[in-house]
Amino acid sequence: MTTQHISVTVNGVVREADVEPRLLLTHLLRDVFGLTGTHTGCDTSNCGACTVHVNGESAKSCTMLAVQADGAAIATIEGMEQGGKLHPLQQAFWDQHGLQCGFCTPGMIMETTWLLARNPDPTEAEIREGIAGNLCRCTGYVNIVKAVQQAAAELRGASAEPEPAAASA
Amino acid sequence: MIPGQFDYVRPTSLDEALRILRDREGEAKVLSGGYSLLPLIKLRLAQPALLVDLQAVGGLDTITKADDGWRIGGRVTHRRIHEHDPLASHWGIMRDTAGGIGDPQVRNWGTIGGSCAHADPSSDWPAVIQALGGTFVCRSTTGERQLPARGFFTDTFQTAIEPTEVLTEVRIPLAGPRTGSAYVKLERRAGDFATVGAAAMLVLGADGRIERAGVGLTAVADAPFAATEAESGLVGSAPTDETFAAAAAAAAAQARPVSDSHGPAEYKRAMVREITTRALRLAASRAQGA
Repeated sequence: MTTQHISVTVNGVVREADVEPRLLLTHLLRDVFGLTGTHTGCDTSNCGACTVHVNGESAKSCTMLAVQADGAAIATIEGMEQGGKLHPLQQAFWDQHGLQCGFCTPGMIMETTWLLARNPDPTEAEIREGIAGNLCRCTGYVNIVKAVQQAAAELRGASAEPEPAAASA
Repeated sequence: MIPGQFDYVRPTSLDEALRILRDREGEAKVLSGGYSLLPLIKLRLAQPALLVDLQAVGGLDTITKADDGWRIGGRVTHRRIHEHDPLASHWGIMRDTAGGIGDPQVRNWGTIGGSCAHADPSSDWPAVIQALGGTFVCRSTTGERQLPARGFFTDTFQTAIEPTEVLTEVRIPLAGPRTGSAYVKLERRAGDFATVGAAAMLVLGADGRIERAGVGLTAVADAPFAATEAESGLVGSAPTDETFAAAAAAAAAQARPVSDSHGPAEYKRAMVREITTRALRLAASRAQGA
């Protein structure tokens, strides 16, 4: 069986593996790297549970080959918490009860991180459009939308704070 | 789902990609965004021996306005088209279409060239490019061919592309004054493939009558096609609801829908009338505002 050597940066850490070309990115993350926060759901690129970022763009990792990601920077749910502090989106899903069974949550959080990076102040309609590729069968989406709104407000507040003064001439 | 085995290469130039396609003729498939091809490979409906990934091939990802029309690189994603203001201000249909494909993740990676070369009869671009009278540029080691979109889609998942060619560019004309375009699609679920899709392009004369018309239909035949009977009926007529109803009826008569999980054939035919009418109305209102 032919394998290819690949190197990817996952949440800032360089990882290498020898993989068959047919290995899917979601299986690389889960089965090879042991990062099981990314969920494999429908396996048909419908449900979005497997959403991660590849070179900054949200992607369904069940519809990308591991070899396609060779050389890429990947962000997964495991990289969201920093220094023991939940990312504002993680905290907001907690605060707003934006999950019940939790299966869709990693994908929801990765997709809405991408959404808020591009659109820091989305309308409710834009949030709903933004998660059109992520299915939740528990919540009816109402609390997910609230969670994204809470996180958006917090992130805007955070980014509105003055940057540490740069050395000025 | 575990795909069957295949080899994978990532050439770094178009010439290298074309040489590989020539040397492995018939065994290789071109991989662009992957959102159409990989699902088929996972279902083992497609079993290529080699995937030629174009991600490292430069020069295929720009949208430019030339003197004779818009040139959209084969690797331009749906999202880039959706967000391209100058293109959308010329051709509203491009934004309509790109924004309705799949979902944000699909639009981040799926490409116009990949979608057209894949030629799923339910995919949206083929009807649109036909309605606009566009052209596909296909390259091989032996040269370049410019193939009109009309005639390019020969059957379900079949096109005029040779196995040794790459679809490098989609060309559509510039929009003149009093020109409007629209794409309307009926889908069973948000982000689903079209049950019926209608692409409409209208150019109005100084007298307000329709001077030129393009109508393309998605998902209601073996391949997306131009509704030529509807087009002939539109030209020379005033852009009224009666005109549009007659054109939509002609489009429905030319459609060859099949009964499937999206609905019975007769339902789809009725929907062709409705969706075509809506697309024509929207295109006309944009032409009148242009």
